[in-house]
Amino acid sequence: MVRVILPFHLRTLAHVDSDVELEVAGVVTQQSILDALEARYPVLRGTIRDHDTLKRRPFIRFFACEQDLSHDPPDSPLPEPVAKGLEPFMVIGAIAGG
Amino acid sequence: MSRVRVLAGTRKGAFILESDGKRQNWDVQGPYFTGWEVYHMKGSPAEPNRLYASQTSGWFGQVIQRSNDGGKTWEAPGGGVQKSPQGWPMGESNRFVYDTSAETGKPLTTHQFYDGTQHPWEFKRVWHLEPSLTDPETVYAGIEDAAIFRTTDGAHSWHELPGLRGHGTGPNWQPGAGGMCLHTIILDEKDPGRIYIAISAAGAFRSDDGGKNWKPINRGLRSPYLPDQDVEVGHCVHHIAMNASRPGVLFMQKHWDVMRSDDAGENWHEVSGNLPTDFGFAIDVHTHEPETVYVVPIKSDSEHFPLDGKLRVYRSRTGGNEWEELARGLPERNCYVNVFRDAMAVDRLDECGIYFGTTGGQVYVSPDAGDHWAPIVRDLPPVLSVEVQTLN
Repeated sequence: MVRVILPFHLRTLAHVDSDVELEVAGVVTQQSILDALEARYPVLRGTIRDHDTLKRRPFIRFFACEQDLSHDPPDSPLPEPVAKGLEPFMVIGAIAGG
Repeated sequence: MSRVRVLAGTRKGAFILESDGKRQNWDVQGPYFTGWEVYHMKGSPAEPNRLYASQTSGWFGQVIQRSNDGGKTWEAPGGGVQKSPQGWPMGESNRFVYDTSAETGKPLTTHQFYDGTQHPWEFKRVWHLEPSLTDPETVYAGIEDAAIFRTTDGAHSWHELPGLRGHGTGPNWQPGAGGMCLHTIILDEKDPGRIYIAISAAGAFRSDDGGKNWKPINRGLRSPYLPDQDVEVGHCVHHIAMNASRPGVLFMQKHWDVMRSDDAGENWHEVSGNLPTDFGFAIDVHTHEPETVYVVPIKSDSEHFPLDGKLRVYRSRTGGNEWEELARGLPERNCYVNVFRDAMAVDRLDECGIYFGTTGGQVYVSPDAGDHWAPIVRDLPPVLSVEVQTLN
């Protein structure tokens, strides 16, 4: 099981109140996690990545294992602790403003 | 006894304000979609408990929400309603994809950008939702970058009416300070094929065939920031209002100037008259008196607040030119709010009520056509839009 932490507004939109646990088929990548997340919560389609290009939205970041993975290729394998569910895959809304 | 339901979209969620016909005591519900910008909410005239809302975020994009019970519960209908593991209704957030097909007109790929170069159309958000007058499943959406979309399945799916961007002037449209947004959609109950829209900063357009073909209707507009005063598009139209009983007569609050057309937009003439300033955003028309018009003058395009810190609505009972100040109940001093283009509305009660919301979070009501005003709420987030439904 892969653990995904969503930002507050996406938890509200998807009506979840804690981490999301997902069964991810095959190699665990950004893309495979988001595919599984969107399949389970269709309301999240378009909110993390573009509906059609699947490009990450500009103010979204992906963190895991104390690394910023946002600029990694979406089909790169994620660190093993993420794939094993030991560490969460974090979807972050960029913080800005005062 | 009739009652009213006010739909207020704000920077941090949506609120629903309800009262009986006296419009003195109000029940306030919300916030809905907490923390998200709600650009616009509107109810279906054909089924008043069917509401649509544009929920949007610079971080997370666009979601269209729908209610079937007057706003008590909501669902995101795009992609089909499903149930989450917790049993909540859920659905796909809605896709707005520009039509670039060869079959439906002249697909455009660029418009004019701030620096004069051509820039690709990029969907940013839905500014305005206009439900059909007769079918609760049909809604028009005005979006940024400017285009008009339509759903005929209750917001499950949206399709562009590409004749607007494709009619020929699209490459000359350019963004105003708020972005290149299609913010006004007016349907004509006497002529189902007729639709008016307005875009900042392109101008006003009209379709006479249900949105298939469009033409610019900007003759008579004068904009000092344009080198050619007779140019077909490029005007920063802020809002247009129409009385349903007289659909050929339109009133416009332009960037500067209050304008009037008596021939469905073919020609415009200025009716700013004795207004202390003719800059502003909001404009509306009395429900039962088609020559009675309301504006909220704003000091200038550089100073978006009322003159002298005094919040005032101005009313013309003569279709423009002669305006009277309406001040009873409105702030007399130290008021530096703005009133956005979609933040004024009128109800349909016998004594017409007027409503507007401010960037300071107040929603004001006048239950007597503007003579007296009172705040319904004072401390909401900045108000982006106000609509009102009159319910039996």
